[in-house]
Amino acid sequence: MSVSSLFVLIILGVVAAFYFSRTRSLNLARGLGGIKNLHSLPVYYGIQAALWCALPCILLLCVWTIFDDAIIRSMVVQYLPAEQQNLPKAEQALLLSSIENLANGVNLSNAGQFQDIADRINSLRSISNMALTVLLFCAIIATGAWGWFKVKPQYRARNGVERVFMLSLLGCSTLAIFTTVGIVFSVLFESIRFFNIVPVHEFVLGTQWSPQLSIREDQVGSSGAFGAVPLFTGTLLISTIAMIVAVPTGLMTAIYLSEYASSRVRLVVKPLLEILAGIPTVVYGFFAALTIAPMIKSGLHGLGFDLAFLGVSFGPLEVSGESALAAGLVMGVMIIPFVSSLSDDVINAVPQSLRDGAYGLGSTQSETMKNVIFPAALPGIVGAILLAVSRAIGETMIVVMAVGTAARLTFNPLESVTTVTVQMTTLLIGDHEFDSAKTLAAFALGLVLFIITLGLNFFALRIVKKYREQYD
Amino acid sequence: MNTNVMTETAGDIVAENKPVTADTIAEQNADAYETVGNAFCDQAKMSMRNVNVFYDEKQAIYDVNLDIGTNEVVAMIGPSGCGKSTFLRCLNRMNDTIDICRVEGQFYLEDQDINDKKMDVVPLRARVGMVFQKPNPFPKSIYDNVAYGPRIHGLADRRSDLDEIVENSLQKAGLWAEVKDRLHQPGTGLSGGQQQRLCIARTIAVSPEVILMDEPCSALDPIATAKIEELIDELSQNYTIAIVTHSMQQAARVSHRTAYFHLGKLIEVNETEKVFTNPDHELTEAYITGRFG
Ligand SMILES: Nc1ncnc2c1ncn2[C@@H]1O[C@H](COP(=O)(O)OP(=O)(O)OP(=O)(O)O)[C@@H](O)[C@H]1O
Ligand SMILES: [Mg+2]
Repeated sequence: MSVSSLFVLIILGVVAAFYFSRTRSLNLARGLGGIKNLHSLPVYYGIQAALWCALPCILLLCVWTIFDDAIIRSMVVQYLPAEQQNLPKAEQALLLSSIENLANGVNLSNAGQFQDIADRINSLRSISNMALTVLLFCAIIATGAWGWFKVKPQYRARNGVERVFMLSLLGCSTLAIFTTVGIVFSVLFESIRFFNIVPVHEFVLGTQWSPQLSIREDQVGSSGAFGAVPLFTGTLLISTIAMIVAVPTGLMTAIYLSEYASSRVRLVVKPLLEILAGIPTVVYGFFAALTIAPMIKSGLHGLGFDLAFLGVSFGPLEVSGESALAAGLVMGVMIIPFVSSLSDDVINAVPQSLRDGAYGLGSTQSETMKNVIFPAALPGIVGAILLAVSRAIGETMIVVMAVGTAARLTFNPLESVTTVTVQMTTLLIGDHEFDSAKTLAAFALGLVLFIITLGLNFFALRIVKKYREQYD
Repeated sequence: MNTNVMTETAGDIVAENKPVTADTIAEQNADAYETVGNAFCDQAKMSMRNVNVFYDEKQAIYDVNLDIGTNEVVAMIGPSGCGKSTFLRCLNRMNDTIDICRVEGQFYLEDQDINDKKMDVVPLRARVGMVFQKPNPFPKSIYDNVAYGPRIHGLADRRSDLDEIVENSLQKAGLWAEVKDRLHQPGTGLSGGQQQRLCIARTIAVSPEVILMDEPCSALDPIATAKIEELIDELSQNYTIAIVTHSMQQAARVSHRTAYFHLGKLIEVNETEKVFTNPDHELTEAYITGRFG
């Protein structure tokens, strides 16, 4: 039987186990004079039996389907002619998979001479499938019956079920943690390899970023330069512009929505803001590149200041078509809903009694806001802003599209700069061997980025937590 | 667990039964009812006439008339949900902060109509202060809590004036001795009773003429309650006080007159002693003898 029909079989078995165990417990209860004489409610006995049936059987099915191909393959190797058995691992694997394709009825790579082996694979497969079907069938019946027999008035089914749920919740939560740990370690090890090629101080303090390695040895600048400072300043510049846009606007929005807006306005504006948060960043990216950047260029280009009486005169302004300003502005707009909805939550969490207290003393709305609500909400707002900063630092798409990749050490918002995340993507796009300094540099950048955002988040969450405790 | 649910439902039924009889009595004099007793006085600090309050379509206060005399303590009692807080909040326009609330009627603070929409609520609330059910000190220092009102109303030109106001208010609230060494620590760090006295000090600091208190002791233990009651007694020499309470002993101890509310109607107003010994209205009697509420 196919895996899916086996799965259906398991489900049927589980449902039967549930039904029969529940019925049995109900019958037991009737004999004892009521459900209250059972340790647990009948439904728990049912779930308990269902779980006892489902978990082992699904485990069996999974393990079997994962490993049976590998086992069959190792059994088949010995039937290969001697010369093929001595092939290098990779070529052997290639050959085996073409034989497997043949067994599936697809002859792509002239493996016709191995038809007998393919047949053998097919017969092994059908044996394996038969065995699995029989085994699973027995397992379903055995576990189901076992669960059924365990239904006794004193049996603590409820506790068992609760524990299984607890464990599955635990499993889910640790999954995320393990993933994080895995990511950290992979980034860490690759970064260490990078720092073996390029010294740490050169990476952190160097001001020259040109990761292009030469193809021929004698090319100019063959070694590449990995000074990351221009990337950090670029990131800093764009994030700063973004925060200058997002923090005041977002905060004012939050204050307006939570304190001033009537419930009808709120009902309209909040979902609209959430739409803003739902726009994919790529879309913001071409908005920045195609609309804002040209606007800034045509608006500011050629402007000059001539303060003759001070003896100062600025330029006609040089505005790059890919300015940090455009990306920063658009990124700021993107972050507004982030800041506003977090701050809105925080402001709403300030107890109504504080507002009443302030109004009761004769404060106006703005005085109440300024003197009572804002200070009370400040730690939470700072937390919200820090989370937004880490969002801005990690943002890639807008910058890729609107600013480009020129690593320039400048704080002039009208010039083109680049950021850490953009460099990481450009370093990894395309075909490169995976152990050159160029690709490894992406991991080092990732590590730095990770440390920065982790630090910010940690800081932000601690502030938010401290603030929560105040009113509990 | 099952048995628990059973008793709860049974309790609900019993609790519902009693007001049903009370409702029927109230419905007998449904629309045009008369407040019995003595709702008016000669030297009225505040007088309210024909007050009706609505939350959306739902009416919470029906045609209430009441005077509060100068330097008098008026207690408002009645079963939960009968509109005591709603009425009290009308007296300094706190209901303005609730969108759906609509207040009709005439409210006079001395000769000024305070329910006039053109009236500025800021000075009104400085004259009619409010103390809330749960102590709600601002997350600021004790000093700044008390100084808050004087600052926003510009009552002190110099720092020394402000210091004096703060000290005086804390002294009147009976808190000075306990906090004089920690004026710059957060007000939220005080005990519940101290916080409530801090809130009273905060209200006194703007030297109001009337103080409204909405169940000021319901979150406090008996000792803290006794202190606040003592305080109300002292304050009544200089201030006019309206207090909502669920404790009949408290009403009996601190107030001069008592107003009994029932389902949004003001049933009876009389000298406190009379209300608690020989009430005029059968509903009042039923309430104070504990037959419902
Ligand atoms: N914000 C509001 N929105 C809608 N209805 C309200 C609101 N506040 C109070 N009410 C209604 O008005 C009526 C009177 O409420 P109020 O709070 O004045 O009662 P109360 O006498 O103070 O009761 P308690 O003794 O429990 O404090 C109640 O029926 C209540 O449901
Ligand atoms: Mg109330």
